[in-house]
Amino acid sequence: MTVQTISTSSRASPKMSARTRDRLLNVISPLALLILWELCARFDVIDTRFFPAPSAVLSTAVEMLQSGELVTHTVVSMQRLVYGTVLGGVPALVLGIVMGLNRTIRALFEPLVAATYPVPKSAILPLALLIFGLGEASKVFMVAIGVFFPVVINATTGVLEINKIYLDVGRNYQASRWNTFWTIALPGALPVIMTGFKLGIGIGLVLIAVAEMVAAKSGLGYLIWSAWSTFAVEQMYVGLFVIAIIGFLITLVLNELERFIIPWKTE
Amino acid sequence: MTRPLAQPEANEPLPTRPAIRIRDLNRCFRDLIAVDGVSVEIAHGEFFVIVGPSGCGKTTLLRILAGLDSATSGTIEIETPNSQRPVNSMIFQGDSIFPWMTVWDNAAYGLRMRKVPAATIKDVVGHYLARTGLTRFANYYPHQLSGGMRQRVSIARAFANDPEILLMDEPFSALDAQNRLLLQEELLRIWEEHKKTVVFITHSVDEAVFLGDRIMIMTAQPGKLKSLVPVPLARPRSIMDLQKTPQYGELIAGIWSSLREEVRRARAQEEDMTS
Repeated sequence: MTVQTISTSSRASPKMSARTRDRLLNVISPLALLILWELCARFDVIDTRFFPAPSAVLSTAVEMLQSGELVTHTVVSMQRLVYGTVLGGVPALVLGIVMGLNRTIRALFEPLVAATYPVPKSAILPLALLIFGLGEASKVFMVAIGVFFPVVINATTGVLEINKIYLDVGRNYQASRWNTFWTIALPGALPVIMTGFKLGIGIGLVLIAVAEMVAAKSGLGYLIWSAWSTFAVEQMYVGLFVIAIIGFLITLVLNELERFIIPWKTE
Repeated sequence: MTRPLAQPEANEPLPTRPAIRIRDLNRCFRDLIAVDGVSVEIAHGEFFVIVGPSGCGKTTLLRILAGLDSATSGTIEIETPNSQRPVNSMIFQGDSIFPWMTVWDNAAYGLRMRKVPAATIKDVVGHYLARTGLTRFANYYPHQLSGGMRQRVSIARAFANDPEILLMDEPFSALDAQNRLLLQEELLRIWEEHKKTVVFITHSVDEAVFLGDRIMIMTAQPGKLKSLVPVPLARPRSIMDLQKTPQYGELIAGIWSSLREEVRRARAQEEDMTS
């Protein structure tokens, strides 16, 4: 007779949870890249005219912070991004939900959205400059148009994907149009709409950088562009890093916001 | 031995004035006849149960009563003595409570849509959450509750809305057998407070006999009224007591023998369609 022993202890080492391990790895990879870069720059493996050492970029960033220059450019870009997101996102949200709820409006607007959506947004910049001039309006408009499309498309999809039973409940319990919008369509589509905003703000960030390079005297896009024209490569990298960090922070904030406004969403 | 079942012709005059009068109701979807010439009167305060094989048009009939679907021909009259009151509230099959609202907000939904004063909403919702044993869970979201608890919220929402008639579309079909028994008894307890008119759809004969005052058996598609069976069992009912009475078993046997033919016909139709 043989007795089989089944080990009851788990095979994985209990020292570290999978989550902490992932987090650690998440930090290690960018850090390793920076160290490698630094070493390559110091030992002249790469051309520091194009790839200045991270330490040099950092010291330039500190100088620019002290002079206030970096803060000004960052604030200006962020303002344009926020205004554009609101001005493009709110109408898109309303139109998208109404398109989802109402067949007639959907039939009217769907071809317009479908036809204008594929136009590269950066190609509209000259037109935006023509219409809105060189002031703030043209930059805000560019962000707005970048945010508008993903939000309108996701809002419509989000409403159409709401289980029909909830709309039946609304009808059975005499919800007005207004209440159908606020109590069923908007919350029901919110998870999909949030994805639209995340995409849209990402596109907005691209467009604001492009618009500022071509037609602005301030902002991170302008900073990068003017660094190129004066061959201040470290400054250019500072601009790039700041944009990257902003993009990363926006994702973090939106994920937190999502958890807060969609408490019913299950992981 | 089973008691002879009442025929549609034997649709005796109701003891009280009817709350719902359905006359020659038809509903077609293209070439399919879902509801075929149904005429029936349902009394005030009656617990009226409809049984029939799947696909016989019973849900369509209920949706027409709820105003969610329209009849091809025929009329429905629902008496509304109190204009303040909503005509009907429906308890849907499966999950129908909003995932984005707490238990409390879900139960209060109908009252809020009708702009009932906040103080009244607080009293009424508080009462029905207590009656359905959900008081402790008022601030929970549906995904934190079991299926049985979610269906309780749906019951609380319908009762709190205080309608003329309550419509229930197989509300317990997604629950396990034990939860279903508990909820059936709870439903009867809550219903007996005010004895509102109920139209209840089920495919379970046990459930029909346990809950109903009268049972309408429908034929396989096209859905016609086959027979109306009164359930002369005393209330308040408990499933434990009922199972000891021979009358309960006879009723179930009688209804099942009538329904079985229809289920067989429905199955034959399905087989024809697939072959």
